[in-house]
Amino acid sequence: MQDLQIIFAGILNGLLAGGIYVLVAVGLTLIYGVLHIINFAHGSLLMLAMYAVFFLWRLIGIDPYVALPVVVAGAFVFGFVLYRLVIGRFSHGRDENILLITLGLSIVIDNAALLFFGGDTQTIDVPYAGQFVELGAAFLPLPKIISFVVAVLLCAVLGLYMAKSDTGKAIRAVAKERQGARLVGIDVDNIFAVSYGIGIACLGAAACLLMPTYYVTPSSGHAFVLVAFTIVVLGGMGSFIGAAVGGFIIGITESLGGLLLGEQLGQIGISLIFILILLLKPTGLFGSKA
Amino acid sequence: MNRPLLCLAGLGLAIVYPLAVPNYFVNIGMLVLFTAFIGQSWNLAGGFAGQTSFGHVVFFGTGAYTSTILQVTYGWNPWLAWPVAMIAGAAVGWMIAVLSFRAGLRGSYFALITLAFAEVFRILANSVSFTRGGLGMLIKADQRPLNFQFKDPIWVYYLALALCVVSILIAWQLTRSRFGARLIAVRENEDAARALGIDVFAEKVKVLTLSGAMCAAGGTFYAQKYLYIDPNIAFGVDKSVEMLLVSMVGGAGTTFGPLIGSLALTAINEVTRSLASVVPALKNVQPLSLVVYGIMLVLIVARLPDGLMGMFRRRPHHA
Repeated sequence: MQDLQIIFAGILNGLLAGGIYVLVAVGLTLIYGVLHIINFAHGSLLMLAMYAVFFLWRLIGIDPYVALPVVVAGAFVFGFVLYRLVIGRFSHGRDENILLITLGLSIVIDNAALLFFGGDTQTIDVPYAGQFVELGAAFLPLPKIISFVVAVLLCAVLGLYMAKSDTGKAIRAVAKERQGARLVGIDVDNIFAVSYGIGIACLGAAACLLMPTYYVTPSSGHAFVLVAFTIVVLGGMGSFIGAAVGGFIIGITESLGGLLLGEQLGQIGISLIFILILLLKPTGLFGSKA
Repeated sequence: MNRPLLCLAGLGLAIVYPLAVPNYFVNIGMLVLFTAFIGQSWNLAGGFAGQTSFGHVVFFGTGAYTSTILQVTYGWNPWLAWPVAMIAGAAVGWMIAVLSFRAGLRGSYFALITLAFAEVFRILANSVSFTRGGLGMLIKADQRPLNFQFKDPIWVYYLALALCVVSILIAWQLTRSRFGARLIAVRENEDAARALGIDVFAEKVKVLTLSGAMCAAGGTFYAQKYLYIDPNIAFGVDKSVEMLLVSMVGGAGTTFGPLIGSLALTAINEVTRSLASVVPALKNVQPLSLVVYGIMLVLIVARLPDGLMGMFRRRPHHA
């Protein structure tokens, strides 16, 4: 009985973490679906956004949740400009070349962060950090619950935006058939940049939701890159629903892995899932075709 | 100037170099050659055969741990453990190749799965007892050549030079053998290569096995030089990136690319180091040179597919 309760709490905790993973993975899968770019710089850009949240709190005292609109807007602009200046120019060609370019970007970003911010671990102290909510047998940290709810809401908003707005429709049109989209008058290059911007804006939101309970160092990106890729490959590259389902599966896997196998060995679950999915069903759960 | 003469002159210079400079520079030279060696192991698979790997460190770490465990736990002589480490690296290369290529993984997917394999090995090395987990493994210092430990850094340098020369000879042999030609055909267009009757799967497995053995040899060398390894050194992302970087920047798929790239990386490192002594704000040298290197990677992938080698090489007429 005791064991079951611990596992129940583990699953809940995993679900909560999964909400933020979904946000990170949706950005990655959107970029892949529209641009056919595997954005290896995803983790590094998340790390950068986390530093933005940290400095907003440290220097001006803005609460991470309050900072969300600012950081999301800033991340969108950053992604848009990054696409226009760097990625867009090189984004056509062999796919491993694009992977190498985004790897180069992540090396630059990680080391620039190390150069300017130093290697220390940075955290944010929020007054509500120590508060817990009792749910059945589980005690859940309040900030994780807030983050989960906001993450789910934001994903719903993004889904609605993609379904209903003109830009969203244009993005989906470009993802399906870029030549056709060009023929009906869609500015495809602009849509590419907007999609990349939205993908990075998701990271901005994720950074705000992570910082109250997490820490940031210049190598934080590494921790997320494999997680994000695992989710996206598990769900199927380019699939939104896949990213959502994958995010929760990975969140729970990580939580239960840590619980059952211990802190060190527990991390192995994600890498193993990644390898197994690639070997057995590279199109993922919801992917159309590789 | 003709090429064999240039190579001999370079080799002569490399032999005389450590006799003429202080130990600090002997060590730097050793690192250049060593990095060129493991870079070349990446280059065989990533450059010649076009199988870009993000997790080559998995072979490096396998080699380092195999020889160290045999030596520390079972009392083997490290020279005897060395070939076993290479066999272990070859076995891991073979396993990853058979699994990934049988599943039909290509391009980015292959790159990502190698990254995941390296991560699995890192976590395992951190968790199991025979690697002593996160504590890492210390090799007892006993500086005798019979022990694969040298008092004078010049001998480590010459060993690295020998490794580097052998790796260049292997790469050179690839450029003129049928095996090499088949690998290049696989890189340029897998489907066309298959249509020509090349057993694409077998060639890719072969080259990754060879590459794994070489990289594992580098792992043992590294462990013997520093007498310490831990999971993050042996299986961390940094070494994978380093191998990839020196090959890509120097010129992927070229004989001398990794050596040129390694020289360039070290040159950038030393320049930033001396800059840092003038401008105190730049006290953190390593990240700055990596920033420069990352920018070079982006520019080279985008604009100069043959890397630095492409700048001073007569280009054969490419299609």
